[in-house]
Amino acid sequence: MSPADGATTRPAVTPDDIDGTTAPAAGPAPDPGTPERARSFGGRIGSVEVLAGLLVLLVVFRNPLAALISGARLQTWTTVFVSVLVQAVPFLVFGVVLSAIIAVYVPRSFWARALPKHPALAVPAAGVAGVILPGCECGSVPIAGSLIRRGVTPAAALAFLLAAPAINPIVLTATAIAFPKNPEMVVARGGASLVVAVTMGWLWLRLGKIEWIRLPHRPDLDELSRARAFWAACRHDVMHAGGFLVLGAAAAATINVVVPQQWLQSVADNAVLSVFALATLAVLLSICSEADAFVAASLSQFSLTSRLVFLVVGPMVDLKLISMQTGMFGRRFAVRFAPATFATAIVVGTAVGAVLL
Amino acid sequence: MNRQAQAVVMLLFGGAILRASLTDVYLRYVKEGLRPVLIAAGAVLIAAAIMTLWYDLRPHQPLDGDDEGHGDEGHDHDGHGHAHHEPRVGWLLILPVLGLLLVAPPALGSYAAEQAGTVLTTQNSASDYPPLPPGDPAPISLLDYASRAVFDSGKSLTGRNLQLTGFVTPGPDGKPMLARIVLSCCAADGRPIKVGLTGNAPAGTPADTWVRIVGVYTSRVEKDPVNRAAVPFVEVRTWQEIPSPRQPYE
Repeated sequence: MSPADGATTRPAVTPDDIDGTTAPAAGPAPDPGTPERARSFGGRIGSVEVLAGLLVLLVVFRNPLAALISGARLQTWTTVFVSVLVQAVPFLVFGVVLSAIIAVYVPRSFWARALPKHPALAVPAAGVAGVILPGCECGSVPIAGSLIRRGVTPAAALAFLLAAPAINPIVLTATAIAFPKNPEMVVARGGASLVVAVTMGWLWLRLGKIEWIRLPHRPDLDELSRARAFWAACRHDVMHAGGFLVLGAAAAATINVVVPQQWLQSVADNAVLSVFALATLAVLLSICSEADAFVAASLSQFSLTSRLVFLVVGPMVDLKLISMQTGMFGRRFAVRFAPATFATAIVVGTAVGAVLL
Repeated sequence: MNRQAQAVVMLLFGGAILRASLTDVYLRYVKEGLRPVLIAAGAVLIAAAIMTLWYDLRPHQPLDGDDEGHGDEGHDHDGHGHAHHEPRVGWLLILPVLGLLLVAPPALGSYAAEQAGTVLTTQNSASDYPPLPPGDPAPISLLDYASRAVFDSGKSLTGRNLQLTGFVTPGPDGKPMLARIVLSCCAADGRPIKVGLTGNAPAGTPADTWVRIVGVYTSRVEKDPVNRAAVPFVEVRTWQEIPSPRQPYE
């Protein structure tokens, strides 16, 4: 639990370093706060004990806690918070299992063969490959992290990260169902999302710096038996991505309860303002990409173009994703990547909307 | 957070998900169709927890030595792993466990319905409406009633007794309305469908009470002040309180 975490303070980075497999700093480096010796004697308080104490307290104070959230607003917050998590859990687990498979069972050489050699060509290839991942954005973050660890060029992994939640068949079908009278919305969404993803990948090739990315230190899988490595990767990613998902869900629930819908009404009539309003709303609401089309359809007072921007921004930048990306790739990455994606998505979404809708 | 504590948190989290999806609790939060994948996800979480504990508690084995050499998970032969590389953010996963196992918040109700505009928009309507289901009164969902009343001028509704189910929510003028939350995916995207009540409307019934009303079509339509969408009315003949239904959403 020491803040002096070697893995986050080492300055020079190589792709191998990111993987954590060649990290000497990850060696024993005893925690100054809890000397090795102290822990080997009786009366130790480890996280299992803390957890047990916490759980006992929670059960004992269950009724006061329940009474605490009986107010209508707080109750709605709790319902939305829990439901965002329940909705996301299957996709999170699916993404975590898939990323563990990538990490353990797919050899590194596979990616070198599967993707074009030249990074500039690998980006669109990885973006289009997003079609095959049937899920929402919670699953794609650990997968993209796993791809980078396995030596896929970050630009391609990022293109995949952005494209997969937006252009897969489930999401496009949901969009078609939500907009029965505007089938062009499906084309516009798929096209605009792919363009944004590929643009961001190329942008990363030109401007991105590898040292911005700090993947969390993961147990050294290469030394373990396959099954053991698989479960270690699963455990690590569930705890890590799941923790950040909880943060994001709490933020989304807060916005959901706090922002009154009347505000939206007042900006809907202004063409420019409505685009920015819905782009911001997409970030704040953090709705699963499989559901956002239905929400967009219900925002009928807004123009189709602004709703397209809502659908393009949502799966790529939202509170939940920013939280998970910060956890997976590091803060220095997230503060650059999220705003750049946001701006690109607005520009591309508006342009595609102007042409197609 | 060491690996054993992580395993316990995963076990609780998976258990909470599994418990919610094996009972009807999950219906308060997500669509019914998500159930199989929820059960699968809960099972994977529990499996990951058990495998973590199994590997962690197993006595010495050759691979453990290698493990320790790399330090990230080593020093655990006393059962207390070297924690500083482990994700501390994982502690937050206790919150949803708490939410699901101890609190289990109720389905969205009248507070959410008041906050948001009615979901009825042109996008929701099909172009032609099939005849109502048989029966007197004919059971019909709020969304179906509202669509037929607003976009079809009630043509397919006239002359029939209708049975509508929803919860009571105060309208903008303080008079009770009938509402139900429509989900497309999870409660975060839930939007209310609202129907105004005239005639023998429930009076003095507290908000969030579930009622089943029998009534007939009336042409009265007002605007929802939140999003200016149409809110049709129904003329109530009789009504009764009912326990909240198994599936609270439409």
